[in-house]
Amino acid sequence: MSRHSFLEATLQGFTRAVSKALQSEHAATQPGLLQQLDPRVRVLGIFALVISVILCRRIEAIAAILLVAIAIAVASRVSPASLAKRVWLVVLGFSGVIALPALFLTPGVPLFVLRYATLHLTITVQGVRTAVLLVLRVETAATLTTVLVLSTAWTHILKALRSLHIPAEIVIMLAMTHRYVFLLIETANQMFESRKSRTVGTLSGSERRKMTARTAGVLLSKSIELSQEVYLAMLSRGFRGEVRLLTDFRLKARDYAGLTAFLFTGCVAVWMGR
Amino acid sequence: MHIPDGYLSPSTCATFYLFAATGWYAALKRVKQLLATRAIPLISVFAAFSFVVMMFNVPLPGGTTGHAVGVGIAAIVLGPWASILAISIALAIQALFFGDGGITTLGANCFNMAIVGSFTAYAVYRIIAANSELNSHRRIVAAAVAGYVAINASALVTAVELGIQPMLLHDASGMPLYAPYPLHVAIPAMMIGHLTFAGLAEAVISAGMVSYLQRADLSLLRGVTAFARAPGTMITGANGEVSPGRFSPGRLWWVVACLMLFTPLGILAAGTAWGEWSSADLMNPHTREQIGAASGNHAPPSSVPSGIEKLSTVWTAPFPGYAPRFIKSPAFGYLISAMFGVGILVLASLLARVAARKWPGRNLHP
Repeated sequence: MSRHSFLEATLQGFTRAVSKALQSEHAATQPGLLQQLDPRVRVLGIFALVISVILCRRIEAIAAILLVAIAIAVASRVSPASLAKRVWLVVLGFSGVIALPALFLTPGVPLFVLRYATLHLTITVQGVRTAVLLVLRVETAATLTTVLVLSTAWTHILKALRSLHIPAEIVIMLAMTHRYVFLLIETANQMFESRKSRTVGTLSGSERRKMTARTAGVLLSKSIELSQEVYLAMLSRGFRGEVRLLTDFRLKARDYAGLTAFLFTGCVAVWMGR
Repeated sequence: MHIPDGYLSPSTCATFYLFAATGWYAALKRVKQLLATRAIPLISVFAAFSFVVMMFNVPLPGGTTGHAVGVGIAAIVLGPWASILAISIALAIQALFFGDGGITTLGANCFNMAIVGSFTAYAVYRIIAANSELNSHRRIVAAAVAGYVAINASALVTAVELGIQPMLLHDASGMPLYAPYPLHVAIPAMMIGHLTFAGLAEAVISAGMVSYLQRADLSLLRGVTAFARAPGTMITGANGEVSPGRFSPGRLWWVVACLMLFTPLGILAAGTAWGEWSSADLMNPHTREQIGAASGNHAPPSSVPSGIEKLSTVWTAPFPGYAPRFIKSPAFGYLISAMFGVGILVLASLLARVAARKWPGRNLHP
């Protein structure tokens, strides 16, 4: 590991987060199927499909929902290539590794025996089905969530959450957190970059840890200071602890049709996959 | 530790949403009482801070790096209730906006990291730090242990949730339908990584930040109400530290009374408590069968071990089996035992208070 790799990894993480957010903002403005529906229908519909994925017990039914998710993505101007890069490969790398031992550890009917010297590993039919079921379920749910995020502006997701009766305080906290995440990412990014540009020579492990903790400490002090300023700004604009959100959405005929289609697909999948 | 959608069964997801919702409701109520109008901006910006800290690559001994959750420092600076909200909001943003952690598993993830993590971190920090000075080294050690224990407690709860899935749901052929590994695989697999890297990352960031704040901004270690400046809610303790909440002995008595009333629930437990066997249990064929079944089908020794036999007669309890001999109803016996036990503790507490008043010069907390 190079001497600054932990710094670079952190900086890359910040860049990835910001670029993901920009990608979402851009995709949300594209004219597509989901973008034309009311955000509440999008959120409720996609949540209903995610729940149906969790309720399905058959591989075929979950695979059918994945196909539906890909069709929705394409119709919403989200390319399968970006889904593969952002979701499928990442999930395969994580859940695929987790599911791999299940091939051998799940007891059942032997399908194939791997022999190496004295080592005999038996892959069972049940093991293969368990691993495929897990990976497919995670891939499908993650695809649906990503399609929702890529087709809906964050402010619209928040307003839609209000329709799920989530308390207004929580929704406003989510909105404010999302806003200040990017400001604090920028602040932390600048701190790490300036530190990196001033560092000459090799930092010992202890110095690296101190540097990370101090940066986090400075960021905490700045955050508390920022929250105080935000609070005073809210007070000066008349905030008295009551939260009101503007909900200017109106459901149209196509929204009702969309919601019916989502719920129908979810119900059919659950019935097929029971 | 972020469980994605698909690993937990619908019933587990629903149960943990219920647990998490209870925690969120209680935390929101408590935080609003404590911070009033200051709560929303403070929790929001702190959640954003927690989100960013989760992205830090923390250098660890051995040249590797790990990610911290930041629950240790959140519980130390904000107290457990506000920490629950801040970490939950950060996790919700991760799940809803960045796809890190599932939507159906958000309740479980918040329960594991925000609720279990915050309470564990806060309890461990308070126990170890006790009444030490705010700028003492003891606080740094307390923060490190709090972060380490909290993240491992969260990981253990996560592993148990994943490990019970094959027991809860499988098809007719025994094929697991959700997370495929049983407890004896899930727990070691999860804990090895957390006892080493993740726990260490949390310990490093918690201790390092407390050490930094001791030198740069001590006010942040005094408790949330101290720096949040909500008038009329400050309760100053030792060292100018501010308690995160009001302690009400009256409420505590109600809790104790409820717990006493529920003690007969113990009768519902089947079998014997593992490792609490008497000589008679080890000789009785029926209980021997239960002991074997509860010990992974390892048969207990054919005769009573000499140590147990020798020590079993040293002390005979006045209420064996949680009931005095003259009481026939087991439920009533449990209640009497609970009242007797609580009575002894109350008496001991009153005696300690009388002793403290009589010798006020003796400081029990050096």
